[in-house]
Amino acid sequence: MSDRVEVSKTYKTYIDGTFPRTESGRYYKVYDGNGDILANACQCSRKDVRDAVLAARDAFDGWSNRSAYNRGQILYRIAEMLETRKAQFIEELETIGYKTSDARSEVEASIDRLIYYAGWSDKYQQVFGSINPVASSHFNFSLPEPTGVVTIWAPGEQPLLGLISVIAPVIVGGNSCVVLSSEKYPLSAISFAEVLHSSDVPAGVVNILTGFRKELLKHMTSHMDVNAFFVTDPDIDREQRKQMDEHGALNLKHIIRKSVDNWEDKESKSPYFITDFQEIKTTWHPVGF
Amino acid sequence: MNSSSHSRDIPYPDIVPIDEVAVNQRVARLNSRSIKKESKVAALEMALSMIDLTTLEGSDTPGKVIQLCHKAKEPHADMPDLPTVAAVCVYPNMVSVAEKALRGTEIHVAGVATAFPSGTATLDAKIEETKQVVGDGADEVDMVISRGEFLKGNYHYVFDEIAAVREAAGDAHLKVILETGELQTYENVRRASDLAIRAGADFIKTSTGKVKPAATQPVTLVMLEAIRDFYYKTDRMVGMKPAGGIRKAKQAIQYLVLVNETLGADWLTPDYFRFGASSLANDLLLQIVKQKTGVYQSSYYFSND
Repeated sequence: MSDRVEVSKTYKTYIDGTFPRTESGRYYKVYDGNGDILANACQCSRKDVRDAVLAARDAFDGWSNRSAYNRGQILYRIAEMLETRKAQFIEELETIGYKTSDARSEVEASIDRLIYYAGWSDKYQQVFGSINPVASSHFNFSLPEPTGVVTIWAPGEQPLLGLISVIAPVIVGGNSCVVLSSEKYPLSAISFAEVLHSSDVPAGVVNILTGFRKELLKHMTSHMDVNAFFVTDPDIDREQRKQMDEHGALNLKHIIRKSVDNWEDKESKSPYFITDFQEIKTTWHPVGF
Repeated sequence: MNSSSHSRDIPYPDIVPIDEVAVNQRVARLNSRSIKKESKVAALEMALSMIDLTTLEGSDTPGKVIQLCHKAKEPHADMPDLPTVAAVCVYPNMVSVAEKALRGTEIHVAGVATAFPSGTATLDAKIEETKQVVGDGADEVDMVISRGEFLKGNYHYVFDEIAAVREAAGDAHLKVILETGELQTYENVRRASDLAIRAGADFIKTSTGKVKPAATQPVTLVMLEAIRDFYYKTDRMVGMKPAGGIRKAKQAIQYLVLVNETLGADWLTPDYFRFGASSLANDLLLQIVKQKTGVYQSSYYFSND
């Protein structure tokens, strides 16, 4: 046996393109597939949510004004970076109990999911926009535009594929987001932040927190500077759904609940995941002669 | 400072040595104070009442100044019980506009004068401008010192100039801007503060906001200590106005702590402490509404001016 002491990674959060620890100084234990302690993850507080929303709001203008083509390029770049780190992610999934073949299949599906949404970047506006017939001499057209800052509860299961499947459609449409990772399996989310960090994604476009849903629900759904909230777990209890709706009503947020059981299903990806976070803007343009 | 008992006779007092490390450490320690709950709300509202709401741009128009005055009178329409700001601070040609818009309120009109922000005009021109600003209805005058003369060591000149403007300003409150960002050292800041106070300043003010760095907390502490030492000798209270770069409610509260710990609660009124700021007002409002509703707010729902 070697004398070397293994250097293990400190899992922090990802806010505004940096990796700070939670401002609260609290941590919670994360376990591997055998029930042994794997690491400590940040137990983020409402102030981390506040900081992350601030970063997301600052990043929104720049990101939404990028060309659709450029956003697609950047999503593609994330996929490239993930591909080069495949082994690391497979290994991470194995530690939480995945069989090697399942881990490989989830990581590969994750990469493909990014490519899928990268492809939609300059197409969804064509598909969902319209030219409308009107009874006056106006050129009238409707286009989807990003809604703003989106807070997301990443799916509890499938910690990599689920995470990417909720982030990609939100950001490809020009939104910025604050994501709370899977409570039980937060580690691959933070490793994915390292991938984002090296993929030309501007700081603040994606912010990733770890911690407890119950504690952060109020702040992620009531914040007046958040425009939409996204959750996909099928088993959100009635009380929490009620809270989401009530908090969301404060500033008329979109509360998007889309129930997905398995992110490898064919139906778990579609352009409608993009349009859920879009507003339709209609323009009347006088027809000139 | 043994010779300073004849306050107004001494244009340039002895150099007061300033321990830069100690100043920075004291500021850092005071900044770690935690102000929460009711105290925080009180501090936020106090800070709001101390703002000199400022617009000093070449592009200012009467319309913009009038809008700013409305903001001064009613910072947030949803909360009519909030205090108004202390004053509106504008360029000389906008003083009459602001005076008209604020007539009948308690809000003061402050005009910058003496060739703000550079201060490079003849003394006659500066006095002329001061008289014009006061004549147009400003009850507060924000003047700049001649930093070039100060740095040359021409302290008599600077002292006399402040005294002359003091006289031209008549009953108006005189705030003397030291432009600390150009004064190089804390010793110079202290010396300029002493000089301005002795020449008759009602307030000393850090910066024009046009030079970086503008107001910083260490510089403010140095100036507050000058005010304190002068008060111990003469019993006269001089006001303080940090200006420029104060945009966040948290910073504002830190300044209030600094004042309270250096000068005491007597200075915690708009008569003796002001913030020169524009965007600070909205951040204070965001935080006040957050404290009252428990919900994080968005600047989207607050008027800009």
